[in-house]
Amino acid sequence: MNGVHDMGGMDGFGKVEPEPNEPMFHADWEARVLAMVRAMGAAGAFNIDTSRFYRETLPPDVYLASSYYKKWFLGLEEMLIEKGYLTREEVAAGHAMQPARALKHGKFDLANVERIMVRGKFDRPAPAPAKFNIGDRVRAKNIHPATHTRLPRYVRGHVGVVELNHGCHVFPDTAAMERGENPQWLYTVVFEGRELWGPDADPTTKVSIDAFEPYLDPA
Amino acid sequence: MGPDHDARNTRQAWAIAHIFAAMSHDHDHHHDHSELSETELRVRALETILTEKGYVEPAALDAIIQAYETRIGPHNGARVVAKAWTDPAFKTALLEDGSKAIGTLGYVSRVGDHLVVVENTPERHNMVVCTLCSCYPWEMLGLPPVWYKAAPYRSRAVKDPRGVLADFDVTLPKDMEIRVWDSTAETRFLVLPMRPAGTEGWSEEQLAELVTRDSMIGTGFPRKPGAPS
Repeated sequence: MNGVHDMGGMDGFGKVEPEPNEPMFHADWEARVLAMVRAMGAAGAFNIDTSRFYRETLPPDVYLASSYYKKWFLGLEEMLIEKGYLTREEVAAGHAMQPARALKHGKFDLANVERIMVRGKFDRPAPAPAKFNIGDRVRAKNIHPATHTRLPRYVRGHVGVVELNHGCHVFPDTAAMERGENPQWLYTVVFEGRELWGPDADPTTKVSIDAFEPYLDPA
Repeated sequence: MGPDHDARNTRQAWAIAHIFAAMSHDHDHHHDHSELSETELRVRALETILTEKGYVEPAALDAIIQAYETRIGPHNGARVVAKAWTDPAFKTALLEDGSKAIGTLGYVSRVGDHLVVVENTPERHNMVVCTLCSCYPWEMLGLPPVWYKAAPYRSRAVKDPRGVLADFDVTLPKDMEIRVWDSTAETRFLVLPMRPAGTEGWSEEQLAELVTRDSMIGTGFPRKPGAPS
């Protein structure tokens, strides 16, 4: 979706402001939100792409005005309601009122903590040979899916070169919508700064994205 | 934290959530609580619901937080970088397959798949961003800092990387190539910075002390020998 989360190339957000000696969390609730998101994801309530999609679908003013973990919290709450794990009445009341919905991997308890400390595996067996080789020129498609996609707007329509082939990976565009993993070849595609930003751009800049095969056409 | 503590926390959260619900229903004019405290109450209420429904065990949430606070962080990445600076065979393997090479080191936390290590050279500087969200190599660098996840960095890193670097007081030679890696998939990127001059003969442990988090994101350099840490 063409949401405010797709920020690459936007102007007006001001300077980057690094915080010296930044703490891991700025409030205890941030840590609880992180833990709840990790736990409910590991328990099978949602996949990583779905959770990203729920943050992206926050209203733009809410997205821009909310801190990082506030976005995580708002996305988590809405996702759990829509997936039937809790109800709006329960949220309003602050306690459980309805029977639980069974989780695919069961309750998240202490025995589950270790398995979330290593990233999941997202590569999958290839359903078909790769269409592109390293060195091929490709054009990012001019597509505007209304739902989740990992093709940022700033590369759409532009020509780049395939630099790395990462194998076949879960396709976020379908996984986010719970329409299957639909594995696709994944490539690092590198673009010249001037191809993306025009003749005035810094000629020493190159930008790459990791692009799934359905995002690309031969060029 | 023992079970009593957890039970007490849960009871407190439960009580506070009720108080807040009552406040917001009965006293809409009474807005002296901050946005932060409202969020805190909502977060506690959600945890109470998830616990009561049997989805999560609060002690398991505590354990997740403790694991993040103690086990991941830039010290992991720093040791990998220092090893690469002192062991050419390891460096070659690291650039070939980051996850596999790091997996052979017993002393850093296990790393997930698809870690790509990119090398800074006198000709090329690498910088990592996630314009769409906040993708970051947690196992190597810990949780990302706020600026990495915020709009100014995400919006400008791909269009004006030199301008972004200036915000970090980093200046690169005019003709040096800048390569920005936008982490748009489940691959993760770690920058292998250049080894500082004047460190000949240093041990891996000494070198690791020079490796900063930002130098592995590409928004900084390693410390110089003798500079304060």
